[in-house]
Amino acid sequence: MKARVQVMLKQGVLDPQGEAVRHALGSLGFLGVNSVRQGKVIELELAETDKAKAEASVREMCDKLLANTVIESYKVEIA
Amino acid sequence: MRAGVIVFPGSNCDRDLAVAFERTGAKVSMIWHKDTELPQGLDVIGIPGGFSFGDYLRCGAIAAQSPICRAVVDYAHRGGYVIGICNGFQVLTETRLLPGVLMRNSVLKFVCKTVGLSVATEDSAFTRNYHRDQVVHFPIAHHDGNYTADAELVARLIGEDRVAFRYTDNPNGSTDDIAGVLSENRRVLGLMPHPERAVDINHGGSDGAALFSALASVLELA
Repeated sequence: MKARVQVMLKQGVLDPQGEAVRHALGSLGFLGVNSVRQGKVIELELAETDKAKAEASVREMCDKLLANTVIESYKVEIA
Repeated sequence: MRAGVIVFPGSNCDRDLAVAFERTGAKVSMIWHKDTELPQGLDVIGIPGGFSFGDYLRCGAIAAQSPICRAVVDYAHRGGYVIGICNGFQVLTETRLLPGVLMRNSVLKFVCKTVGLSVATEDSAFTRNYHRDQVVHFPIAHHDGNYTADAELVARLIGEDRVAFRYTDNPNGSTDDIAGVLSENRRVLGLMPHPERAVDINHGGSDGAALFSALASVLELA
């Protein structure tokens, strides 16, 4: 079973890297980019075959390690 | 004083920190990250600067989950003294022993220079040999030192007198110029600047020595 975790900075947390990318896009002539937010995608391959158990386990991984929930939120997709 | 210095793969200020402790007369044990127990009888634990585990995932995140860090967290919860410098500060926030997060510098560059710091409190074993508002100079060397805290946390830190140091000229975008913070019991200090790199006149400055001597004077009486 595969899991895909998307980690993003929470709304309201300033993203200095996203801002730098936005400026770079502007200087390349891409006008009208009002905001850029940069995050991470983490793909996991799991031995678990039960979807609900897999999701619960990946959520625990996110809370303990994959995301810093002080500033980051995450989404888990199981496929 | 008996000090322990944690060594992760990628730590690079561990020996500097050991020397800074030794200069106060302390006996220092180096503690490998895979150890699960701390040596008996430690008075203070130092978490050094560097790039533990290559800063993969987030700075300090993987180190914070290492076996020895569980022992460090227990030690701090029992009232032990811990100092985390630079990457060590990042590790302490990742373990949640200290609040807030160190994000990418707002200037997006690695900043390596000596900076001015204003001592924000003298009410801790680490800062009692300074006086409030005294300006000291320690080197910084980091890419992710932008202390990030929401308004509520900043108000709480100020209300509880838990800001230890502030930058006199903010180099990294840190909220409220915060360079170092104390835990609620004032026994855990995290700071981005390197006092251990300023303990000898040959370092270009020795303002950091008073931090280690303060700690030694408190812990030798304990």
